[in-house]
Amino acid sequence: MELISLGIRSIFVENMVFAYFLGMCSYLAVSKKVTTAIGLGLAVIFVLTITVPANWLIKEFILKEGALSWMGPQFDTVDLSFLQFIMFIAIIAAMVQLVEMVIEKLSPALYGSLGIFLPLIAVNCAILGASLFMVQKDFNLIESTVYGFSSGVGWFLAIIALAAIRERLKYSNVPDGLKGLGITMLITGLMGLAFMSFIGISI
Amino acid sequence: METETLDLPIVKKEQSEGLLSKRRRKFVTDPLNDDNPITVQVLGICSALAITLKMEPTLVMSVAVLFVIVFSNLIISFLRNLIPNRVRIIVQLAIIAALVTLVNEVLKAYYYDMYKVLSVYVGLIITNCIIMGRLEAFAMGNKAWDSVLDGFGSGFGYAWIILAVAFFRELFGFGSLFGFEIFKAVGIENFPSNGLMVTPIGAFMILGIIIWIQRTKTGYVEH
Repeated sequence: MELISLGIRSIFVENMVFAYFLGMCSYLAVSKKVTTAIGLGLAVIFVLTITVPANWLIKEFILKEGALSWMGPQFDTVDLSFLQFIMFIAIIAAMVQLVEMVIEKLSPALYGSLGIFLPLIAVNCAILGASLFMVQKDFNLIESTVYGFSSGVGWFLAIIALAAIRERLKYSNVPDGLKGLGITMLITGLMGLAFMSFIGISI
Repeated sequence: METETLDLPIVKKEQSEGLLSKRRRKFVTDPLNDDNPITVQVLGICSALAITLKMEPTLVMSVAVLFVIVFSNLIISFLRNLIPNRVRIIVQLAIIAALVTLVNEVLKAYYYDMYKVLSVYVGLIITNCIIMGRLEAFAMGNKAWDSVLDGFGSGFGYAWIILAVAFFRELFGFGSLFGFEIFKAVGIENFPSNGLMVTPIGAFMILGIIIWIQRTKTGYVEH
């Protein structure tokens, strides 16, 4: 029950895009067509579900103060948490590479549709952001898996909704200076307003 | 992404270029307006919105980004002929991450309150696309001093936009600037603060409007 509540909360209330502004760059750049948005969204869900628990393991068994004590008592006081950023970004880049290779081998069809988006994802701030929030919120392994998956779903919903709106927007007459980024910002604001209605829902 | 190289005329040796010649001044002035990283190139939006609730954290963030972008440009530019093309992204990420770690530790040691306010967004400077974008597009193909100037240009271009967003959000959301209650000081006691500015929606709206005004002035139209 706790887990379901965490999932719902990170999809709707603490949405990656509308509440924390994470992953905005690719959110704005790849939301011109619904099909590409679906591809990128799925890739983000996939990578988040893998990297957040992977980074949890890294944090728990290597970086945390005293985490290295499994190597022997003399490591009890070692605190490597200042290496957090470098380790996390390296894990994310390596995971993305690995996932790309595995998908290419196992399912060429999926690779065809997801493949081009995977390299983009290594520098998507939603991925690193989710890992950093996982540390800040002090989740355990299962919670961080659920958190990774559901914040991916939240991001997926947001980008698809925006892409659908932007496809319609092609037929409307937007002032010159507002075309492209400007109107997209305003739309995102309005969508955020809609998502705000989820605040206060508790399950 | 392609590396842009500047086609310079071959200058004779004895006439060395001034440190701030006209061509070099353009590296700094261009990103301020015509080629702004946020409003024109659409990079680095995440952090631009997340920390702009008040002026003070925004200023700290601008300084942090400026530091990281200038030094990573410098380092990459020194190393540009040594980095194998296939692993360049990882090398760039490692250098950026090291510099961001430095910023994070300094904040934690000397400015702990601000470290708490900025929380994960300091770490997210690593994935700020402005920095990666400048490394890929400029520092990988240009000399050190040019890259440093380019870093300053992009850093200032980023800084003035987020400071502008923060100015309006703090002014209308809290009625203050840098924590100084400006409306009370002028004698307006009950200035109605706008709750929308405190939420993320205010940030999206303000940035959208800034982009609108700026693009109308420069005449840039996106298709």
